Amino acid sequence: MKFGVVVFPGSNCDYDTFHALQNVMGQETVFLWHKDHDLQQVDCVVLPGGFSYGDYLRSGAIARFSPIMQEVKKFAEDGGLVLGICNGFQILLESGLLPGAMLRNKNLKFLCQYVNIRIENDRTAFTGAGRKGQVLRIPIAHFDGNYYAPPELLEELERNNQILFRYCDEKGNLTGEANVNGSLHHIAGIVNRKGNVMGMMPHPERASEKILGSEDGKIIFQSIINYLEKKKGKKSPGRTVSRPISPLPPLIGTF
Amino acid sequence: MIDEKTLADHNLTREEYDLIVRLIGREPNLTELGIFSVMWSEHCGYKSSKVHLKKFPTKGKYVIQGPGENAGVMDIGDGLAVVFKIESHNHPSYIEPYQGAATGVGGILRDIFTMGARPIAVLDSLRFGPLDNPKNRAIMEGVVSGISGYGNSFGVPTVGGEVYFNDCYSQNPLVNVCCVGLAYRDRLFLARASGAGNAVIYAGAKTGRDGIHGATMASAEFGEDIEHKRPNVQVGDPFKEKLLLEACLEAMAKNLIVGIQDMGAAGLTCSTTEMAAKAGTGMEINLDLVPQREEGMTPYEIMLSESQERMLIVAEPEKVEELKKIFNKWDLDAVVIGRVTDDGRLKVYFHGELVIDIPVKAVVDLCPAYRRPARKPAFVNKISRLRKPEMPSDLNQVFLQLLASPNIADKEWVFRQYDHMVQVNTAVLPGADSAVLRLKGLKKALAMTLDGNALYTFLNPRRGGQIAVAEACRNLACAGAAPIGVTNCLNFGNPEKPEIMWQFREAIEGIAEACRQFEIPVTGGNVSFYNETGGRPIYPTPVLGIIGLIDDINKVPSAGFKAAGESIILLGENREEFGGSEYLRLIFSEEKGQPPALSLAKEKKVQECCRQAIRAGLVRTAHDVSEGGLAVALAECAFRSSRRIGFRVKLNDVIRTDALLFGETQSRIILAVRKKDARKVLNLARKMKVPAKVIGETGGKKMEIWHRGKKIIDLKVELGYQAWKNSIPNYFKIKK
Repeated sequence: MKFGVVVFPGSNCDYDTFHALQNVMGQETVFLWHKDHDLQQVDCVVLPGGFSYGDYLRSGAIARFSPIMQEVKKFAEDGGLVLGICNGFQILLESGLLPGAMLRNKNLKFLCQYVNIRIENDRTAFTGAGRKGQVLRIPIAHFDGNYYAPPELLEELERNNQILFRYCDEKGNLTGEANVNGSLHHIAGIVNRKGNVMGMMPHPERASEKILGSEDGKIIFQSIINYLEKKKGKKSPGRTVSRPISPLPPLIGTF
Repeated sequence: MIDEKTLADHNLTREEYDLIVRLIGREPNLTELGIFSVMWSEHCGYKSSKVHLKKFPTKGKYVIQGPGENAGVMDIGDGLAVVFKIESHNHPSYIEPYQGAATGVGGILRDIFTMGARPIAVLDSLRFGPLDNPKNRAIMEGVVSGISGYGNSFGVPTVGGEVYFNDCYSQNPLVNVCCVGLAYRDRLFLARASGAGNAVIYAGAKTGRDGIHGATMASAEFGEDIEHKRPNVQVGDPFKEKLLLEACLEAMAKNLIVGIQDMGAAGLTCSTTEMAAKAGTGMEINLDLVPQREEGMTPYEIMLSESQERMLIVAEPEKVEELKKIFNKWDLDAVVIGRVTDDGRLKVYFHGELVIDIPVKAVVDLCPAYRRPARKPAFVNKISRLRKPEMPSDLNQVFLQLLASPNIADKEWVFRQYDHMVQVNTAVLPGADSAVLRLKGLKKALAMTLDGNALYTFLNPRRGGQIAVAEACRNLACAGAAPIGVTNCLNFGNPEKPEIMWQFREAIEGIAEACRQFEIPVTGGNVSFYNETGGRPIYPTPVLGIIGLIDDINKVPSAGFKAAGESIILLGENREEFGGSEYLRLIFSEEKGQPPALSLAKEKKVQECCRQAIRAGLVRTAHDVSEGGLAVALAECAFRSSRRIGFRVKLNDVIRTDALLFGETQSRIILAVRKKDARKVLNLARKMKVPAKVIGETGGKKMEIWHRGKKIIDLKVELGYQAWKNSIPNYFKIKK
């Protein structure tokens, strides 16, 4: 399958995500430059983590105006798969592609640490390779990850099974301590009503290799691959290209 | 005319002024005086330290670039080079903790990517006054969020470092930031303005009035009146720096750059003069072309501004257009402000007038070097005498107190504010002896650590310097890494005082001796003098940053116990030593005695033995014994295991029990190995003539230590863990 990782100025997990998709998952992956209008016929768009445009106003608030986001919106409306990770999630909220908003973490500090999240709905394009109730160990790294939504909206999300991940302890219990950033209903990731746009604060690309401490993040990427294969009725070529992996990222972006 | 007050404001002596007049053949104007003032400041000119820094070994098989450039460069094979350096940002961080620390990170990042390397890791060494004082807490909170704010946004992981507390830092905190970068061996760049006729390009952020005389400020003691110095602190924009990084690396990859230097301390002044001096050329620039964010700036202000996120680039004229395109793609300014000349002079024009005309060599290379007088301070003999402390009645209680001492306690409160995982290379997370970064696609890996013990250095500067090197290398050995290169940050008081100069000289000689013994070159670093406020100096604080190379990342042991029922082995010997220990400081309020003895030869063998055992795949856990001694080291292995596995250890050394538990004897490493492998490790040690014995076993929920048949420590792991874990966060709890 073909993945596109959007590069905004200030994105800093763009290459990490590219690496996980191409070198770990074996998928064809391209960078999508923020000033472009061309989505290069990708099957799934990923908005990576980072500090798009510096995030000096509100996290993700400027990125939604970029040329590429106009195309991403159309792509999503047409049913294309869009995954937003961390800052990518914040951008999806600011763009209105997902409902709700982010507040500062409850302790008013940046938090970088492993968390446990529980899969709440395994019947989506983003979680199909996991099972309901499964606990994933994946790191977070954010200042604004305290999910907020008004009560009616929360109720709607619950009713429609749009909450895909909740912060929990290692056994899957929803303890207050496990909800490190203070998100309402322990929300760590949600999907839109149509099921094709997902945002999550934890970083699956940081938990996709054993040497980094966890491979649980691969479940999310694998789910997407499985879903697309089924939809397109063909197998992904998988890891056919075995080019040497460079320790340094390539050059990114076009004029 | 330049009067005495103007000279004093510029931190120049009358003799230095007379030398300037001789060198340029006339009286300088005020702008020129400003230029000499910053370039001849201690911070830029190293005038008190130069003669001593020459003592460091700087050559070795891995060295591509030694001292004198923006950073040191080591060859690590596979066509790759590691670029690394440490810098201090102490004074700014006291005046304005957030921006001071943030721009400290920004400055060192630029030093690394200006050489063609992508920054892949940051480590910080931080020192503050005790946390029971709200002022110290505020400084620490500001510094940590400044580092976090800059590094996280830029996208470099902050993977390690150290945090210590002592009253001597209450009015002079230390913020030392070390950055490590990775580059292609054949794509390194130097700060050279080569080729007369080449274009001089200004790239990055616009110039403002911030940070004027930052370098000069960092070269003087502070009095009580520091508030008015706040405008001397620069303001950072990590977003802009991230764009600058990408644009520079892209221009470098496309071979559009002849030479490049960041505008850090002394801004445009330093970059123009140094680049020309190093290439043996001159430079002509027009200040009207410099992008400015404020109106009405004078040549003096433009030349001395330390606005952040700026680069000076020299490029061939026909490549300028493509270079500009790249910077514009990243939404950055890049404008030609002048050209390289061949007359060896810096000529600066402003509103059509020639306002500066000086020989670059005089500014850069002829800064006076002082062999300042050094004298052993009177207090040294007095504090080295130590009466043995009285034996505490409750050693479990002492143990708990030590675990909760902020110097020993868990630093997670600090490092979880740093993004330590971005770039997906961090294989060993913060908290271990050294950070380990994988290199994508390769079996080999990098280990890195920062270390220094100021109290040891205060008590005995020479040995303190040696131990700093030894301990940093020991940290690396615990990851199975061999040290390959050193950078150091030397934080001291006022060098014009002979007592301080003595500490400095002694410490340098100690560090140099140890580096020679370990066969590791010093490739650069930073000297920070004048760390005094109100006449009270800090403890002499050399901080060593050492990079190590790991053959096989899959064999790196963990810092915590992995399973119950494994053998605990102690490499090295226990001796009765109390001096300079955290035990003595915390329990008896004594900062006295001689720091632990150190035999560099023995130390080297212990480390080699640890490394070989790891390479043989025998080691599951490795941790060095340092502050707090053997008991604390064992506890840390328990706390860092995911299931908090306890231990039972039996010791029979004929020394005092408290020294055995908490003494800080050097050259000791704790290993945990599978039972069946214990014999192999002991045999290896015997062959290498390294003392080693099995001292106990992992397992259970308790920490138990026996001494000569008597149980002396008996504590639930969880109890110790809570004390260790909660100590620092408790100081910062929001009071309701």
